Parts: sequence; structure tokens; C-alpha cells
Amino acid sequence: MIDKRITSVEEAVRDVRDGASVMIGGFGEAGSPIELIHALIDQGARGLTVISNNTGSGRVGLAALIAAGRAAKVVCSYPRSANSTVFPELYRAGRIDLELVPQGTLAERIRAGGAGIPAFYTPAAAGTRLAQGKESRRFGEREYLLELALTADVALVRAERADRYGNLTFSKTARNFGPLMCMAARCAIVQVRHIVDAGAIDPEAVVTPGLFVSRVVHVPAPAHESRLVREGAAYP
Amino acid sequence: MIRPPTPAAPEGWSREEMARLVALDIEDGACVNLGIGIPELVARFVPPGRELLFHTENGLLGVGPPPDPAHEDPELINAGKKPVTAIPGAAYFHHADSFAMIRGGHIDVCVLGAMQVAPGGDLANWSTGDDDAIPAVGGAMDLVAGVKRVLVMTEHVTKTGQPKLVNRCTYPLTGLGVVSRVYSNLAVVDITPQGFAARRIAPGLTFDHVRERTGAPILDWSDHGV
Repeated sequence: MIDKRITSVEEAVRDVRDGASVMIGGFGEAGSPIELIHALIDQGARGLTVISNNTGSGRVGLAALIAAGRAAKVVCSYPRSANSTVFPELYRAGRIDLELVPQGTLAERIRAGGAGIPAFYTPAAAGTRLAQGKESRRFGEREYLLELALTADVALVRAERADRYGNLTFSKTARNFGPLMCMAARCAIVQVRHIVDAGAIDPEAVVTPGLFVSRVVHVPAPAHESRLVREGAAYP
Repeated sequence: MIRPPTPAAPEGWSREEMARLVALDIEDGACVNLGIGIPELVARFVPPGRELLFHTENGLLGVGPPPDPAHEDPELINAGKKPVTAIPGAAYFHHADSFAMIRGGHIDVCVLGAMQVAPGGDLANWSTGDDDAIPAVGGAMDLVAGVKRVLVMTEHVTKTGQPKLVNRCTYPLTGLGVVSRVYSNLAVVDITPQGFAARRIAPGLTFDHVRERTGAPILDWSDHGV
């Protein structure tokens, strides 16, 4: 029987290794798998390469993982936020590496990684300083950059609804990178608000088919990151 | 070129008036991406009888007005991470689809802020290039590379009176030859094969006033007295 349900977030992240590459979903707090991230902090893996659009807020969730010194490198489009000093301080101190990637290029590199496409050409960033060191080629009148696919050992993703096969639906703009990261990671771990019976998700409405998902864990009432930040919370 | 010796006092169009001018130039039915900050004002000035479909690159086509505080939803936000609503008929999608809309030329117009614009349409709007600055680019480079028409809304000069329309961008580029038109508080300026051309001057100002505050040659293509 196929059953991807795992009983706890601790169990879901138990085997993440030191040095692993970890994709973490979310655009700001929308879609950020905060309970899975906190479980990863408790689990203790270090030297991680984190692939995520941002670097977190305050001292919870993704910012807490970075503050705990677990990330050696982030691959990111916008590592700045109005209410976090965690990443900027480590970056200025030379204690964390940054690979800055335009947001659409980041999304497409992840999609390509999941789709078996090793590289692709994009016009974004051609002629800018982010083109340095990249192969470029002209097609017609325009210059394009060769961008390499991204894959990862693990993805931590938040979705709305899952069944035991791992079929997923998402919530509004919390979808963002989730479906792509599930495709690109060897082990996609997804926290969901609702676990439903097989068949309860209309096959026409499945956003991520279950074969892209390895583990599903039920987190019925995920924390509101912005509320924790306002309250000055810190994890652990 | 004469530069004002002291920080420039507010003059010309207000931000709301600039937003109204931008909105008037966007055709009925267009799909529009508004940058974070001043460009967001454009949504308030869509002329009666026109419908624009607003796209936000974090995964929503059909952005509606901001919700009242009681109905804010942390999972329904715009690219500036502010709460928004979705209009009836809106669609959600993941980031690869969102940027396929952008890169694939399916978005008609984007409106962005600027730090510098050069006569060939080069835009710098993502980094001062300071060693101490944390580099953060977001979707700006994808937007300027893919959207059909890139409009810029900006003050004509910086807070210290330096021109933002310059011969050559000294800040790191967002894109080369990407801007179509600039809406500043002093003038509407087209990017043309001949360089900058003022199409319209703010009421009460002269072309010379605009030229003196522009860091590159600029042509007068305005209709005086209109």
C-alpha cells in the first residue's frame, strides 16, 4: 500500500544529513513551512545549502535556521527583509555564502531540475553584473544567458491539502515555489493543514501529483510567522 | 548643465498625478505588473470604462484592492508581501508559470521605480553597488527582460538633486535598452532612437527647467501650452 503520511515533523526530517542541499518553499511567510524548519533546527543537520526565495524574518522559521549557523550557503533572489538582521549580519561577517539569482531564473532552474532539463537560456540578467562568468549566446537579435538546473536532496514545502498518495493542493499565493521544489528534490517533505481520504481531492484539481512527494505530515494549525515576528519570538 | 545647489523642493506633478498619467496610457484589457512602492498607486487611477488585469509575480493574476484589516490573509499577498485581495475571475499559479507569463511576453505593461535611466533605455533600479549593501534582485531583471512595455515612475532628481536621467547608468544595471517611457514629477520622457525626448512638461514648468535637471541631452517633443 502506498502511504506517504508521516506521524510527526520530527520523524519527517530525521534523516537530513550534514551538507545536504535543502529547498525551502515560501515567498516571505506565505507558504513557508515553519514547523518543518523548526524540526530541522532541532534535528541538527549543518553545513546546509539552502535554496529559497528569501532569508526569513525576525528570529523564527528560515531566519532561525540561518541564525543557528546551519546554512553554509543560500541560493536566493531577495535575501533582505524589513525586519530581519540575521542574514545581513552573517553575510557581512563572511560567515555565509550567497548565490544571488533573479527570481524567475530561480523558479525556472528549479523547474528544470525537476523536469530533467540540465540547463536553459534566459534573457533575464543578460548584460548585467549577474551575467558574470555565465555562458551567453545570441538567438536572433537578443542575448541570452545559459542557466543551470537546480536539484536538491530535500525539499521542505507547505501545502493546504494532501491524501496518502501525496497529491497536493495549495492555498492562494502560498503556492509559489512549492510545486517546483517538490519536483526538484529527491525527498520532498510537505506539511499540510488537512489530510484527506484518497479521492477527496478532485483529480482535475490536483496541483502537485503525488509522485513528486515523498512524505506528508499533518500540521493542522501552522504558526503565523509575521505574528511571531511582531511578538519578538525566537526559535528555539 | 546646471544642478540645483540644495535638495530639490517638491515641484511639478504629485505622485498621484504621475500615477494618473501612467494609468491613462495603459490600454483597456492590458495585463499589468506594478512594482513595489509608488507604481502601486497606478491601480487607483484606472479610467472609467477600462479594465486592467493586475499580475503579481508571486502567483496571482487578478489582484484586487487591499483588504480591510479584519480580512487580511497572510497567504494572499503581493510581491511587496503586503495583503491584497483577488478579484472574481482571478487565478493563482506557481512561480514557473508566473515567470513564464513575464518572460514569455504575455504581460503587456510593467511599471517600475528607477535609480537611473540612460538614453538608450538602460535601467538601474536594484542596487547601489555599495560594498556594504546586501544584494537583492527579486524579479526585476526577469520583468524588464520579458514584459512588452516597461514604464518607469520616478522623481526626476534624487533627494540631493542629482539627475536620475543620465548619460550612462553608474549603478548596477537591471537591464539594457528596456525602458519605453519615464514618468517623472517634471515631465513625461520617451526613450527614442534619438535619446530622451520630453513629451509633456508638468504645468508651470518650462522645458529648460526640465533640461537643466536632466543628466543627458533631451529633446523637446512636447506640445507647448497643452
